[in-house]
Amino acid sequence: MAASCVAASELLHNMRQTSIFYPKASCLIRRISTTSIQSDSQPQLKAKSVPQQLVGVVGLEIHAQINSSTKLFSGSPVRFSAPPNSLVSFFDASLPGTLPVLNKRCVEAAVMTGLSLNCTINRKSLFDRKHYFYADLPAGYQITQHRRPIAVDGTLTYSLFGGKKKNQMIRKKVHIKQIQLEQDSGKSLHDDARSQTLIDLNRAGVGLMELVMEPDMSCGEEAAAAVRELQLILQALGTCQGNMSEGQLRVDANVSVHRPGEPLGIRTEVKNINSVRYLARAINYEIQRQIDVLQRGGTVQSETRAYDSKSGETIPMRDKEGLQDYRFMPEPNLPPLIVYEDNASLTTCIDACQAVVVQKIKEGLPELPSVKRDRLVQTHGILPEHSFTLVNEEGLVEFFEAVLKETKKEPRKVIGWVTNELLGHLKQQDLSVSQSPISPSALAELLELHEMGHISSSVAKQVFQEMWRSSGKTALQITQEQDLGLVSDTAQLHSICQQVVDSHPDEVQAIRNGNKKVLNKLMGLVQKETKGRADPVLVRGILQKKTS
Amino acid sequence: MLSLTIKEVSLALREGRISPTELCRKCLNRIKKTKHLNAYITVTEQLALKQAQQSEARLLQGNPKGPLDGIPFAVKDNFCTENIKTTCASRMLKDYTPPYNATVVQKLLDHGAVLIGKTNMDEFAMGAGSTDGAFGPVRNPWSYAAPYREQTATAPDSDWVISGGSSGGSAAAVASLTSYLALGSDTGGSTRNPGALCGVVALKPTYGLLSRHGLIPLVNSMDVPGVMTRSVNDAAIVLGILQGLDIKDSTTVPAPSSLTELPEDFDVKNICVGIPKEYYAPGLSEETLAQWSHVADLFERAGARVEQVSLPHTQYSIVCYHVLCHAEVASNMARFDGLEYGHRSEMDSSTEVMYASTRHEGFNDVVRGRILSGNYFLLKQNYEHYFVKAQKVRRLISDDFRRVFSSGVDVLLTPTTLTDAACYHDFTQEDNRTRSAQEDVFTQPANMAGLPAVSVPTALSRRGLPIGLQLIGPAFQDKKLLSVAQWIEQRVEFPSISDCDDSQESGMEQTSFV
Repeated sequence: MAASCVAASELLHNMRQTSIFYPKASCLIRRISTTSIQSDSQPQLKAKSVPQQLVGVVGLEIHAQINSSTKLFSGSPVRFSAPPNSLVSFFDASLPGTLPVLNKRCVEAAVMTGLSLNCTINRKSLFDRKHYFYADLPAGYQITQHRRPIAVDGTLTYSLFGGKKKNQMIRKKVHIKQIQLEQDSGKSLHDDARSQTLIDLNRAGVGLMELVMEPDMSCGEEAAAAVRELQLILQALGTCQGNMSEGQLRVDANVSVHRPGEPLGIRTEVKNINSVRYLARAINYEIQRQIDVLQRGGTVQSETRAYDSKSGETIPMRDKEGLQDYRFMPEPNLPPLIVYEDNASLTTCIDACQAVVVQKIKEGLPELPSVKRDRLVQTHGILPEHSFTLVNEEGLVEFFEAVLKETKKEPRKVIGWVTNELLGHLKQQDLSVSQSPISPSALAELLELHEMGHISSSVAKQVFQEMWRSSGKTALQITQEQDLGLVSDTAQLHSICQQVVDSHPDEVQAIRNGNKKVLNKLMGLVQKETKGRADPVLVRGILQKKTS
Repeated sequence: MLSLTIKEVSLALREGRISPTELCRKCLNRIKKTKHLNAYITVTEQLALKQAQQSEARLLQGNPKGPLDGIPFAVKDNFCTENIKTTCASRMLKDYTPPYNATVVQKLLDHGAVLIGKTNMDEFAMGAGSTDGAFGPVRNPWSYAAPYREQTATAPDSDWVISGGSSGGSAAAVASLTSYLALGSDTGGSTRNPGALCGVVALKPTYGLLSRHGLIPLVNSMDVPGVMTRSVNDAAIVLGILQGLDIKDSTTVPAPSSLTELPEDFDVKNICVGIPKEYYAPGLSEETLAQWSHVADLFERAGARVEQVSLPHTQYSIVCYHVLCHAEVASNMARFDGLEYGHRSEMDSSTEVMYASTRHEGFNDVVRGRILSGNYFLLKQNYEHYFVKAQKVRRLISDDFRRVFSSGVDVLLTPTTLTDAACYHDFTQEDNRTRSAQEDVFTQPANMAGLPAVSVPTALSRRGLPIGLQLIGPAFQDKKLLSVAQWIEQRVEFPSISDCDDSQESGMEQTSFV
């Protein structure tokens, strides 16, 4: 009753204030040089301490739809693209007299997610009402966790390719301020022609986890990598399907620029980002835009901007009735949410199957992406970069391991085929691994032909292309039909080698003079003659004899 | 027959002295005859007769669903009733028909009780007189009874007294013998106040004992469904049926014990009755004070320990109540925007314009005023100063009670209201806010602390109007509280309106049925 509310509201003031300075030392700071400073700079200015350049500061607010069969506070089913208003309970439509009943699955999902992000799980958390009038918010308030969220103070470790050639793995960390449970809103569909607004409440009341990532990132690529890692974790846990284009994962970016060591600049909030790729672009655009504004002597406006994926720009959103005061208030219809450390801490009056027990959830956590990567590196002897690529692409680990089962080729020789040839082709045509025209066993067959010495590696690549184009044909069929098998007829090879030696007297002389490298050129010429099918070991032997 | 208690009429039904349909018809006729009271917003005549017939079939088969089978009941119009209009006495919900039953209504129906109508109230239960509803004020049945009429010379239609509120329709329904039982709601005294002014038993159970699912909220953290009956034992029967955990209301708890009938001869020798000195308040009428001390004396003479106690934060309670109440009202009323249900303004040039005009047209001044001040209290810059402070004071008030009860006091005895019922004309001289502050002064602290409290009518005033006293008990001691209340009831011999009533045909009925 009233008692718990009093104590809880006091907590509001004891909450740790987050510092406005963020350590940047370990972070590769994206420096955006500006031509104006460089070209205008006078020699005497240079003598003084050069002012540090402006850098981007990025924090994220992420709404992850909880993967649950029913909504956060009602028994309505949750489904994407169901007929409008077909998944709406009396509570979801905010009929008077209805009350929220917390969905245990949603609490467990938040606890799982919190544990996986190294958060502290609050034994007691509270629900609040956040008020604003909007047509797709039928109650006039959203139930959220404003004062005391279910999980706080976590970290997410992510990696991205950095360095000059973008081929170095750089490991970074972002702090997770909190994870709070809250209701999703419905959807408004504006029909401008008839000046009508249609409301679909199917989404109203679906459980969300709001994750707040501290402004520990400095550019779009970092934010994108962090979100990608989060996506992988959520998918591994099954707590969120993580599809950004279906709105299961919604990312808003808080972007500002400042000079390192100085207070943070005025920030803008960038919304309407519906893929990880656009996230990076939107943030980088916004950082550059703010720098340009400042360098022209202007000031950055605190505002909400929408990303337009067509133009690649961010544009100010229509201002909503000025400053919002959400008039937060404790939700009186929900008692404090209590989670228990272990079975021993359950009090006798608690029904054990109704209680959420952290220890039990911890024990049931699945393998997280970072652990999976380490395992792949250890068991297959591949590079960390490779494991990163494998895990980042949905289904690629499974594809890779399926190939390994059917070939004697060493994993570190197979990995290139999967991460370069296969993935390259998939990316080019914007396909997912499951849509690949080449199955793991088809690839394994091809690799086996190569491994057994039936085809050269250049032919293998050629066959791969052919398999990709004419799906269904096996590597063996293609090799036979196009006569791509390795030429190891010594007489035929002797004759081809002789032709090459005869027509390149200068090269032969060079070899004889000790420049053994020139032999490779002759080998290349032989391969050209045989369309890459000549057995390289035999050819080398023959050429060596002929040039000695 | 109509003036019997549930216990008595239930026996009559079983013994076949009257059938459920006959009983239902009698109540419906009586409703028509007492229409001037304006106790009902909706009378569910057809449905009631149908339910009565079903009950009759069960009784004839000797298979009644329980003590309430066939008993007509009324429900305050802020409890949702499936396919029956539920208006909250507001233009906003004038034509609103909910698709479901409130849990407490469903439980009564499941026990075979017969719903005869939805009762009048203050709009959204905001008031203490049942004078501020969209369907007009409720008149106190005692305005038309002999004891009051004999004191006044003027015509009954010009000087009638108010029923109290906000559950005035429910109290008037039970008092005017149109219903044996009525549900009210009690947020700051809305069940007990009209109960006292209309001379019926009015119970506000412990918070969390009865489900609020389907009760259109005023203040979620204080609202409790209330029970109005003609006897304390009837209230106990109904409480036994309504109490307990409801998975649709997360603030309910399992009932501490299954409540059966109260002991006939409860011994007060071993109890301690606390008299809170702060309830000796300015404005307390001489007559009510006299009743208070009379009953205290009864306890003392019977061997109970009667002690003066102190609840030092009582004086801050009403202010604090208003802050919390208005804040929750502002929040709870936000859903009435004309989109999903309820009144929608024709002004629709934009969504915002539609919201504003819908809410302006749909709510009365009292509701709009509370929304305005509630939102003010919740503003970021005011939240600490008003809302948080009020919650802290609420804790202190709750602690006052806890301390008193842990010191050995079993129940507190207080007046329910300052005076007997005011004349409508006098009452409406003051604004709603002032009246609420005066009327709720003794009742709302129990809501702040979530405690059970019951008002028992003890006597008629010199004006011929009922006076009630209130008992407050520790949380979940509802049964003990009712046992003490029954002990009072047995000794004060409060008259039935039918004994005092010359204008109505209860005398005739007594000859024909009893």
